[in-house]
Amino acid sequence: MSLLGLYNALNTYLIIGAMLFGMGIYGMVTRRTLIGMLIAAELILAGSSVNFMAFNRFTAPDPVTGQVFTLFIMAIAAAEAAIGLSIIIAVYGHFKSIDAEDTAQLKG
Amino acid sequence: MNPSSLAAPALFSVDGLVGVVFLVMVLITVVGGLIACNSDRLVRSVAGLVVCFIGVAGLYFFLNSPFVAMMQILIYVGAVAVTISFAIMLAAPEENKKIGPTSILAGPLGFITAALITGGFAVLALKTEWAVHNKINDGSMKAIGLQLLTDYSMVFELVSIVLLIAILGALVIAREGREN
Repeated sequence: MSLLGLYNALNTYLIIGAMLFGMGIYGMVTRRTLIGMLIAAELILAGSSVNFMAFNRFTAPDPVTGQVFTLFIMAIAAAEAAIGLSIIIAVYGHFKSIDAEDTAQLKG
Repeated sequence: MNPSSLAAPALFSVDGLVGVVFLVMVLITVVGGLIACNSDRLVRSVAGLVVCFIGVAGLYFFLNSPFVAMMQILIYVGAVAVTISFAIMLAAPEENKKIGPTSILAGPLGFITAALITGGFAVLALKTEWAVHNKINDGSMKAIGLQLLTDYSMVFELVSIVLLIAILGALVIAREGREN
């Protein structure tokens, strides 16, 4: 398989999805701020969407299912971002910080 | 895979140029993702996220779904990234404070975790023989619209309700913090 024919192979897309997922995990582990973690979560969702679309294109009998599923993932991600950011703004109003280390009031 | 993809296309044929555009899209996606998870300012991180999502939208074009690609740009770049930048402007005052990891171990351990997960998924994808089925429709925009309003109408309505409740909840929660 040559480098220029990669776009026609399922494995290429699966590996890109895995890389996006891994970058999201890395950001989730290393970020200190809540907004940074939210950005990492969006990367994870993008990785899983790429996987769904790849299987939809190459193997699934009905090529609509994966596209509809990806649209629903986008809707849920938008809802998650709205709720998460409003919680972050409320936390900032209370603690004057969005660092995950500072907002430790519930820690026993 | 079909045998036509096994032959190496010439660089300046149509197939070769399509391959070059695909490689550029992959590069945009990966570089954007690296900026999003590595930069030391949140604003740059959001900018990296935007670049990464534009690259992913390009990949969706290669996967025969221009509708999802347009939705990706509209929803993620147009709405989610703008919302995150507003939240950064409202709630991230420490412009000079670094947002890197607290302990010196967090970086390497996070990298090892992410590398193991990525490598595991990649090996899994390469080792498996995926069964290929015959298509029962063309996956066009018309087919998506028909199925959204017939087979998936219940889920469609439920997602609408979830979005409505999320917006109302976001307004209520963000207002709580403003009282003092």
